[in-house]
Amino acid sequence: MTTTDTPPAAGATSAASLNPRRRTFKPNTRHIPVLATLVLLALMYGGGIANYEKFGQPSVFVNLFRDNAVLLVVAVGMTFVIITGGIDLSVGAVISLTTTLTATLLQGGWPPLVVLVLVLLLGSLIGAGQGAVIHFFKVEPFIATLAGLFLARGLALFINQSSIPIRDETWKAISQYRIPLADGVVTKPIALIAIAAVLIAAAVLAWTRFGRNVYAIGGNADSALLMGLPVGRTRIAVYTLSGFCAALGGVLFSINSTSGWALQGSGLELDAIAACVIGGVLLTGGSGYVFGALLGVLVTGLIQTIINFQGDLNPAWTRIIVGVLLFGFIVMQRLVTRRAK
Amino acid sequence: MTSILKNRLFWPAAILVVLLAVNVFTSNQFITIRDGHLFGTLIDILRGSAPLILVALGMTLVIATGGIDLSVGSVMAISGAVACLLISDLGDQNAVGPVLLIIAASIGISVLFGLWNGALVAIVGIQPIIATLILMVAGRGVAQLITDGQIINVQSGPYATIASGFLLAVPVAFLIAVAAVALIVLLTRRTALGLLLESVGGSPTASRLAGIGAKRITVMVYMVAGGFAGLAGLIYSANIKSADSISAGNLIELDAILAVVIGGTALIGGRFSIAGTVLGAILIQTLGVTVVAVGVPAQATLLFKAIVVVALCLSQSPAFREKVFGRLKPRPALRAEVAQ
Repeated sequence: MTTTDTPPAAGATSAASLNPRRRTFKPNTRHIPVLATLVLLALMYGGGIANYEKFGQPSVFVNLFRDNAVLLVVAVGMTFVIITGGIDLSVGAVISLTTTLTATLLQGGWPPLVVLVLVLLLGSLIGAGQGAVIHFFKVEPFIATLAGLFLARGLALFINQSSIPIRDETWKAISQYRIPLADGVVTKPIALIAIAAVLIAAAVLAWTRFGRNVYAIGGNADSALLMGLPVGRTRIAVYTLSGFCAALGGVLFSINSTSGWALQGSGLELDAIAACVIGGVLLTGGSGYVFGALLGVLVTGLIQTIINFQGDLNPAWTRIIVGVLLFGFIVMQRLVTRRAK
Repeated sequence: MTSILKNRLFWPAAILVVLLAVNVFTSNQFITIRDGHLFGTLIDILRGSAPLILVALGMTLVIATGGIDLSVGSVMAISGAVACLLISDLGDQNAVGPVLLIIAASIGISVLFGLWNGALVAIVGIQPIIATLILMVAGRGVAQLITDGQIINVQSGPYATIASGFLLAVPVAFLIAVAAVALIVLLTRRTALGLLLESVGGSPTASRLAGIGAKRITVMVYMVAGGFAGLAGLIYSANIKSADSISAGNLIELDAILAVVIGGTALIGGRFSIAGTVLGAILIQTLGVTVVAVGVPAQATLLFKAIVVVALCLSQSPAFREKVFGRLKPRPALRAEVAQ
């Protein structure tokens, strides 16, 4: 893990900044964290292949998307929120509310499509509510979404405290469906949904007016307002999007486990924030990419895979290694932003 | 009358009184004396609120300097794990001397974790919420490593005393919390330290220019927060006589921040109120006890908490006051305040 401290790209920039005319490879400062994560991911993957016999099989890599589909979707929503300079602590709780509500409604015989639309709407509504409180009443995002966390998990526990099985045919069919990718490599629909979410979100963030507004608000909300950008609308939309993504994550969770449980997804907000930070999304706002969040999720997923392959390691190491990586990337971000200023 | 109503601690205090009144009617014994100890729901509340008071106390100081400490729950888990591991290795678990030494060592380790947080914030210059997120994520893993994923049980009389013992008919845990509060009040209100803290929270740069060691003070408050979290972790683990690295201090950082906010300390730093924080912590604990006492499932406490957070945040938000009560402008401003 020592490789995180000295990414080759960082060395290249420092040399280049000393002598601006020297024509060396000089990546954009904004790309450095993402490049570092990419290098780290490649090193981890290469190390895994070198050390473990079956690590190189394509199914190992493909399964990363299947196992981390929920986290991926949530991290996508979180990326938007963090780029505006906010934070959303409620996502894990929204997941638990979504799975519980989905399972309860399906048990009650509601049509699957109606349930799907309903829970996605509810998630978006919770997000929009938080966004509105943050924007109109100038409550700190941390506190407003903390209230959302309590509210959503409280509601979930209020509905049902125990795990509810889902016996709906549609849900089961999606859960058991396998998509063959190549010989011996299959994946689940939830992985494809997660990848689709990443692609759509990346396109929206990079190429739409809404995406530019998100960056502008994160860079400086006051100047964005003076430029006549719709700050309020964008900020509320960002939290709505995060709520929608969390609800979608909850639906994926309920499909994957064919059950709903009010304690599901607790602590997931931290994993999502950690994935974003490792993926180079700046927590002060204004900088980051959906692609970076994807890399962050893959890094944390790969750590887990390696620990599984090692077999004799305590699973607690996952948290510690993620913590160490967080530290490395935060310090690197700090150095990069300091230089940029 | 209006001055009492305008006090920012009026509403939290009023809610607390109402909740306690509910408890007087619902509980069998609100407060009695049995076997020479005070006994009853009120004593349970005071005893149970000790860890939260300690954690929230440290959090108040950190928030006063404009920071936040998310890692307190993990530090609680680590200190409980260290203490239980060492005590379970003792030949005689009831020996007072070694147990005291172990307690001191656990708190010392917690202070070191606080030092790590403080160094990241003050010296490396990372945003507090992110700097402490690192230890929040990694710390619980460390605690699980210490206990090797098991729950370590201890049978130590002296250790159990700090959670369930009584001194002069009052629970020891509550006395520890009272002593900590008294110490901090003395340090911040009888010396210049409180003023320095508020000045660092107001503007670190201006404080530094005024000759205040802003960095040193910042590191110090994180160390104090770490130490208090460690002490809270010991009380928690002594209460269940075991080290549970997963549920010890789980989500307590949120409760502690909530207690601080209820107590009227703003998250942006600056002025802080220790009395308010203690009131907030006891209010949260009472809310939990009351919700169970009136027969609502314990988990629904979260719903009530959500309502309390929303109500308090909105009532403290100047933008909300202006939007909602601004329409009452033609009337005297004083009336509008009372109407709240």
